[in-house]
Amino acid sequence: MGFVMQNIVNALQWGSFYAVIALGYSMVYSVLMLFNFAHGDIFMTGAYIGFFVSTGLLALSSLGYVVLPHWLILPLTIILAMFLTATVGMLVERVAYRPLRGAPRASAALTGLMVGIILQTLNLALLGARRRTFPLLIETETFQIGLASVTNTRIMIVLVSLLMMLVLHQFVKRTKWGMAMRAMAYDFAAIPLMGVPINTIALLAFGLGSALAAVAGILFGIAYPVLEPYMGMLVGWKAFVAAILGGRGSVMGAALAGFLLGFIEIFVAAVFPSTLRDLIAYSIILVILTFKPHGFFGESYSARLRL
Amino acid sequence: MSRTFMVILCLVALICAGCGSPASTTQPVIKIGINAEMTGDIPKVGEGTKFAAQMWLEDIEAAGGLEVGGKKYKVELVIEDNESKAESAVAVQTKMISQDRVLVIVGPQASKQAIPAGEVANNLETPMISPWSTNPRTTLDRPWVFRACFLDSFQGPVIANFVTEEYGFTKAAVLYDVASDYPKGLAEYFKQAWEKLHGPGSVVAYESFTTKDRDFSAQITKIIGSGAEFFFTPQYYDEVPLILKQARELGWDNPIVGSDSWGSAELVNLAGDLCYGLFFPTHYAAAGATGATKEFIDRYEAKHGYIPDDVAALTWDSMLLVQKAIQDTGEITGDLAKDRKNVRDALAQIKDFEGITGKLTFTEDGDPIKAAVIVRISDQGEFEFYGYASP
Repeated sequence: MGFVMQNIVNALQWGSFYAVIALGYSMVYSVLMLFNFAHGDIFMTGAYIGFFVSTGLLALSSLGYVVLPHWLILPLTIILAMFLTATVGMLVERVAYRPLRGAPRASAALTGLMVGIILQTLNLALLGARRRTFPLLIETETFQIGLASVTNTRIMIVLVSLLMMLVLHQFVKRTKWGMAMRAMAYDFAAIPLMGVPINTIALLAFGLGSALAAVAGILFGIAYPVLEPYMGMLVGWKAFVAAILGGRGSVMGAALAGFLLGFIEIFVAAVFPSTLRDLIAYSIILVILTFKPHGFFGESYSARLRL
Repeated sequence: MSRTFMVILCLVALICAGCGSPASTTQPVIKIGINAEMTGDIPKVGEGTKFAAQMWLEDIEAAGGLEVGGKKYKVELVIEDNESKAESAVAVQTKMISQDRVLVIVGPQASKQAIPAGEVANNLETPMISPWSTNPRTTLDRPWVFRACFLDSFQGPVIANFVTEEYGFTKAAVLYDVASDYPKGLAEYFKQAWEKLHGPGSVVAYESFTTKDRDFSAQITKIIGSGAEFFFTPQYYDEVPLILKQARELGWDNPIVGSDSWGSAELVNLAGDLCYGLFFPTHYAAAGATGATKEFIDRYEAKHGYIPDDVAALTWDSMLLVQKAIQDTGEITGDLAKDRKNVRDALAQIKDFEGITGKLTFTEDGDPIKAAVIVRISDQGEFEFYGYASP
């Protein structure tokens, strides 16, 4: 029983990363009908920006220039990194995607892959191949809840992820901008005729997706404090699987599928020999997709239209 | 017609010029290839390799060249990056042998790169020393390939014996990367040795993950549930800090034992106090070193600002082994194939070589006979000499 409880806690943490990253894929897909394959590397960029912002803030307050209470550093890091990473994401959209708006889908998909490689190698060139340790922003405390061992960071990671999803959901549902995004997802061709600036909305989608990736990157840095330029690749690919599984373009579907993916991976490793983890986990997903080819919340018409 | 003839003539001339020049001139410089992990998963390893090799070159240049049979030769290092990838290591190895025409190669360091690169060196009949690769397959049935460190088949029983004597434990667990040659091989040797000591089933959890994984919580939860008294994780500094952190957060209080791959200066930087007090076997311990070893450490530290790890020390020894072998051949004939053969034969003859990582004698398979050092990571984060161990 303790074993199951513990693995539920493990899976919640692991799944929240997939969920938050998958949200970014879905955001962009719902608006532009294309998957931003650089998203995993934007997640990496977010983690590095978070690293620099937090070390900078820590240095500033230890030198006495700005006296910040310790608890404030993490929220401040998250907010600053969200803005900076959103800027990077919007820059990517402006430079790499907008010129290709009329181009075939395959070109746009390739662009994403190339931007990803550029971000990785740029990082390698600027910072070198040395690993960075994410600074300790909160003292980790371990305590027992029931039979499971839980830390304050794990609880925070899951809560912040859920909060992000909720905020995004409300944004898409209740604001004018959100409405414009949904409209664009509904009909890409008609929407400029209604006076909605599609370029601005595309920028917004990229910015939001990247800001979410930054949050995921910082939380990831806190949970797994070794940063390296290729850290976004594997996680990015798997989150992409979650985005497909959730249903292309479905924001909440992506979040749910992210958690599901986390649960499948953790429980397969817990029950079967861990050597077979990815083999079994992704076979399960293949089976799910065979029966639900559009994912949990996907709509068939959007899949037929593009990509 | 005449134009075609001219073109053919030109081509023939070009081809003749191309194949003629390297064979006809004698070789005034000795080229030594360094196949190193400069980028990718373990860049610190490549850095140590490069720094140690360059320090050796400084000595040679200060002496006015490498003296072979009474004549002094200029030495050139061809340092290439294998990106910590098997396929790049093979490409680099082939390039150095056929294009740069090096006499002998030092590296690659990690078994993942050294095993395929050793195949190339052996097929193309070029002597190679891997300073750090401990997997038996690197040198197995390859007369042209040598190594400067002990093997995993030796290291596995050393760890099993050490833990049994030090703690008196009987139940072990293993956590390793199934997609990488070195951890996978070592995990298997350790399991065999442990079960030989404590009977079948004494390895109560044998858990794996794949390269680039960052979350090990399911595996560690399984290890905790299995009732193991300690766990062994033969990983690199890329994963060890994360494994230590997650184990502690999941409530694991028992010892975690490592392998020689832990011996990187970067491990302590990344893991901090999580790794204090833990043990691992290695090739040399910097704290408490004397003689030539201390001299090397002081020189390296003065130049690069940190204490060299075992990769640097083993690379240094490999460079000296190469130097000794070249000098033992007695002459450089200028015929590259012949010189390579002479160097290989000289390497195989080396006995009781006094290296900074201990006394070394090569066996016929290209593997050395030497002892392992057990290191304890002190509370100041230093690699402290704890004792010698043998299987």
